[in-house]
Amino acid sequence: MATVAAERLFGKSIKRREDPRFITGRGQYVDDLKIPGMTYAAFVRSPHAHAKIRKIDTAAATRHPGVVAVFTGKDMTGVNSLPCGWDLRKEKKIPGVIQDLAIVPHMPLTSDAARHVGDPVAIVIADSHEAAVDAAEKVQVDWEPLAAVTITEKAAASGAPKLHEGAPGNVAFKWEIGDRAATDAAFKTAGAVTVKKRIVNQRLVANAMEPRACVARYDDATGELTLWVTSQNPHVHRLLMCAFVLGIPEHKVRVIAPDVGGGFGSKIFLYNEEVVCSWASRKLKRPVRWTASRSEAYLTDAHGRDHVTDAEIALARDGKILGLRVKTTANLGAYLSTFAPAVPTFLYGTLLNGVYAIPAIHCEVTGVFSNTTAVDAYRGAGRPEACYVVERIVEAGARAAGMDVADLRKKNFIPKFSGAFQTQVAVVYDSGDYGAAWDRMLQMLDYRKFRAEQEAARKQGRLLGIGFSAYIEACSIAPSKLVGALGAGAGLYESGKVRVHPTGMVTVFTGSHSHGQGHETTFAQIVADKLGIPIEQVDIVHGDTGSVAFGMGTYGSRSASVGGTAILMSLNKVIEKGKKIAAHLLEAAPKDIDFLGGQFQVKGAPGKAVPFGVVSLTAYVPHNYPEGLEPGLEETSFYDPSNFCFPFGAHACIVEVDRDTGNVRILRYLAVDDVGNVINPMIVDGMVHGGIAQGVGQALCEGAVYDGQSGQLVTGSMMDYALPKADMLPMYETDRTVTPTPVNPMGVKGAGETGTIAATPAVVNAVVDALAPLGVDHIEEMPMTAQRVWKIIQGAKAR
Amino acid sequence: MYPAAFDYHAPGTIKEALDLLGKHKDDAKLLAGGHSLIPMMKLRLAQPKHLIDLRKVPGLSGIKQDGNMLAIGAMTTHWEVESSSVVKSKLAVLSEVAALIGDPAVRNRGTVGGSIAHADPAADYPAAMIALGAEMVCEGAKGRRTVKVDDWFKGLMATAVGEDEILVEVRVPVLPASTGAAYMKFPHPASRFAVVGVAAAVTLDGKGACSKASIGVTGAGTKAVRAKGVEAGCTGKKLDAAAIEAAAQKAADGVDVQADLQGSVEYKSHLCRVFAKRALTEAVKRAGG
Ligand SMILES: Cc1cc2nc3c(=O)[nH]c(=O)nc-3n(C[C@H](O)[C@H](O)[C@H](O)COP(=O)(O)OP(=O)(O)OC[C@H]3O[C@@H](n4cnc5c(N)ncnc54)[C@H](O)[C@@H]3O)c2cc1C
Repeated sequence: MATVAAERLFGKSIKRREDPRFITGRGQYVDDLKIPGMTYAAFVRSPHAHAKIRKIDTAAATRHPGVVAVFTGKDMTGVNSLPCGWDLRKEKKIPGVIQDLAIVPHMPLTSDAARHVGDPVAIVIADSHEAAVDAAEKVQVDWEPLAAVTITEKAAASGAPKLHEGAPGNVAFKWEIGDRAATDAAFKTAGAVTVKKRIVNQRLVANAMEPRACVARYDDATGELTLWVTSQNPHVHRLLMCAFVLGIPEHKVRVIAPDVGGGFGSKIFLYNEEVVCSWASRKLKRPVRWTASRSEAYLTDAHGRDHVTDAEIALARDGKILGLRVKTTANLGAYLSTFAPAVPTFLYGTLLNGVYAIPAIHCEVTGVFSNTTAVDAYRGAGRPEACYVVERIVEAGARAAGMDVADLRKKNFIPKFSGAFQTQVAVVYDSGDYGAAWDRMLQMLDYRKFRAEQEAARKQGRLLGIGFSAYIEACSIAPSKLVGALGAGAGLYESGKVRVHPTGMVTVFTGSHSHGQGHETTFAQIVADKLGIPIEQVDIVHGDTGSVAFGMGTYGSRSASVGGTAILMSLNKVIEKGKKIAAHLLEAAPKDIDFLGGQFQVKGAPGKAVPFGVVSLTAYVPHNYPEGLEPGLEETSFYDPSNFCFPFGAHACIVEVDRDTGNVRILRYLAVDDVGNVINPMIVDGMVHGGIAQGVGQALCEGAVYDGQSGQLVTGSMMDYALPKADMLPMYETDRTVTPTPVNPMGVKGAGETGTIAATPAVVNAVVDALAPLGVDHIEEMPMTAQRVWKIIQGAKAR
Repeated sequence: MYPAAFDYHAPGTIKEALDLLGKHKDDAKLLAGGHSLIPMMKLRLAQPKHLIDLRKVPGLSGIKQDGNMLAIGAMTTHWEVESSSVVKSKLAVLSEVAALIGDPAVRNRGTVGGSIAHADPAADYPAAMIALGAEMVCEGAKGRRTVKVDDWFKGLMATAVGEDEILVEVRVPVLPASTGAAYMKFPHPASRFAVVGVAAAVTLDGKGACSKASIGVTGAGTKAVRAKGVEAGCTGKKLDAAAIEAAAQKAADGVDVQADLQGSVEYKSHLCRVFAKRALTEAVKRAGG
């Protein structure tokens, strides 16, 4: 029988309930699954960045011992292209679209041409993984190599090799936001200081710890297909695969995303491999399994970022920002990944207002195709790119105007508000107090003292610098109506079902998906608090279309605010129904019942009460029960937010640059974040810490590099692609301010991406500041490897 | 990925190992810690048909002092070198070099012999072995022979070990009196191999001038080399900051510097000079200069 919990858990750093399972190796990942009759798949992939397929000879591979089947794209008749879930076509009347999105085919196995290294052309299925891999080497593809283009600025240049018939000039779309005329006028203001800089946001690889994997099992007897897949959103996988690609009945398909070892966005999308394995399982009537090697992960997991931007800022003489003009080319890779067109448009352009009162903004984006891995959402998705542009150009503006970079920011902050701030770029901020987070950060930093230390260090020839970033981000994605009008092919609500068992124990079914976020803990905290029961009596179920009503999944820092609110709504319904049952038992009117501390009691009469467990039992054993009330205690809710939530904060970074080698060392890193109310501070701290590490990684060492000639991914392994390491990072100094959002009842905003968004510009700005005595006022490219910084130093010395 | 299929042998004596090597020749590879070989096999860059594991061969690991030499068995792990008290007291620099290799997992598996035999152009030990004047003991069907380090590294991942031989021991002289040695490395941000690594051993005479300098450079080129120009620039000089700076200018001479993502020829040559300066400065300090 349910007992009563002692204390409120919302706001407590209780340890993650899922961790014992993970750290003792008992997590259940897709690759752990063992099914009788399993077959193993290996994909034959293009070694070329761009090549026509003349012929594929599968005979030798088919004869290889242990091989069950070999299929190419030609065998997959009746199968459609992978869909693009964000439609920027003109006829949809989407604001800002100035050229149709070129919806180009993306076949699960390409049969006309390969468009990037790693593009899959055949699947080999065998009784063992080894046999599949060995046989895959025997598939003979007669390639006709074509010229390739990988570089963002060159992809749409005249004469660039064409990737798709349907996309002339390799342009996928053109889009704009803001007020062009007002912005032009702002730049013509008399006496304005204007600065224009090129700002490159390099391509990144998500590098989730667990590589992508799937097992597809078709049951011939029932006609059911079960797909276990590393997904952040199993229902979305099911919908896209059934309705758009394979044309199979949705109710006969169950998608399970069990324990998933990290996603960072890369596991949102529907990929070729799970579609081909599902199709093959139906064909062979046997389970088919595929797990990516790390090399395949580098070549085929959707990449992130890859923007080249020309940004301009206009400042009045007193340092007030007058206008911002942004022109971006976004490299989408070879195909349109599931949400690719949304990232450099609606998740980017709409955040260019930053935390500043900017009277005029105009932004143009061109999406281009190139012979590279497809690009889509990666932790932050569009918002880090926006924050990077704003925080770098504001910095450049301050330097050009001869103003202190901290003073200039402060001067331009949007004043404290709650409820609504209409930006120049469509979105309406929910609540904010940017100055408060900023002041707290400066106080922790002791800014003036640092400047004095820096002055002294500079006299000794040391290159010490400080960089800031005052960021904003859009979370809890998103109001369905709004995103629908902007081109989304889906609604972005969330479902939450609360099942109270007869004994008062609770199982929650959420459409959010945890792949590192800790939902089994945070969601249980919400439930335990609301029902007044111990957290041990609450289980959170997620990741299975067979048990969860529906779900849009986890990305865009939406789980607590959207998924959590759906659960809260169901909890309220449970309590309302419980009140009716309790009222009946207590012979009172439902309106006179309070639910307090796990007890239903008559208002003003604490003695007259029934515990939650008695009410739940009564719901299932309804002998003495209200007339007309349905038995059972289970409620489902769908929550569709009325707006995004907008977390914000102020970060600062102090670096020292080694003059001799160009090596950058971070000495201090400070972060003051405002994510609204906090359910579990420890988990939020973890999110902030990890996010900062990723942001620092982009600033200092990460980057997907393609060879300009061959189109090969040069950084295709962990020996070449430099992820940030613990010894690169100082002990973070963190704090929070709390500005609850009025959008949802818990006042939670979202904390999954803030660090990634804020850290990158803070670090780069710090390096610029360190090099300022040498006359450096801007750095165009990341990552700031030692070599790059050394070259900048040499260049500055030569001037 | 999975390596291509191979046969695995675990010989119990050196003779057995040599017989297997003689029998399978080119088709065979010796397996030590596996931390260079197995990654190459998984990428199918190496596809040996036979692996001859040296782990069960007795007498190939351990560190002992033999006169003025430290004799390090080929199968001694990096961690054993790093943590060995005799290495720490007689040749501390070697322990420091070992501690800079990869991460603890790599150091617990990887071996000195494997590293020296593999001769990865970015490996750390080679620079130190050159600076310290090591010798390699190889055993074949006809018995043992000793190769001086200056004759060892032949080219990209190529050494003097014969195809039918096993490197059994690395012998490193302990530091003579009034000698200091140091290794300075610029690690690759991803792999932590040396983008450039310079080891320096400096002996000072009674007047504080350099009577002998021995410098090895790794990382920048296709193989580790002796920086003869730097050595010449040091010998006979009182190694103050200016003298070190001047001598270090020759650090990239004779290195076939290779450009890659981590550095252009210009940058890596520059790093050779910077790290030669840093290694020399520390070595001179340790020599009591
Ligand atoms: C993640 C990672 C990071 C690393 N970082 C570094 C680093 O920072 N610095 C560094 O120097 N190294 C680094 N390494 C390499 C590591 O030191 C290896 O252990 C070493 O290079 C090879 O030693 P091994 O014992 O593992 O040899 P193996 O991989 O077993 O063998 C390597 C080669 O040498 C041959 N061989 C082995 N033993 C003998 C012998 N006794 N006689 C003749 N031939 C033999 C083998 O046949 C094979 O061709 C790293 C490795 C990894 C995986």
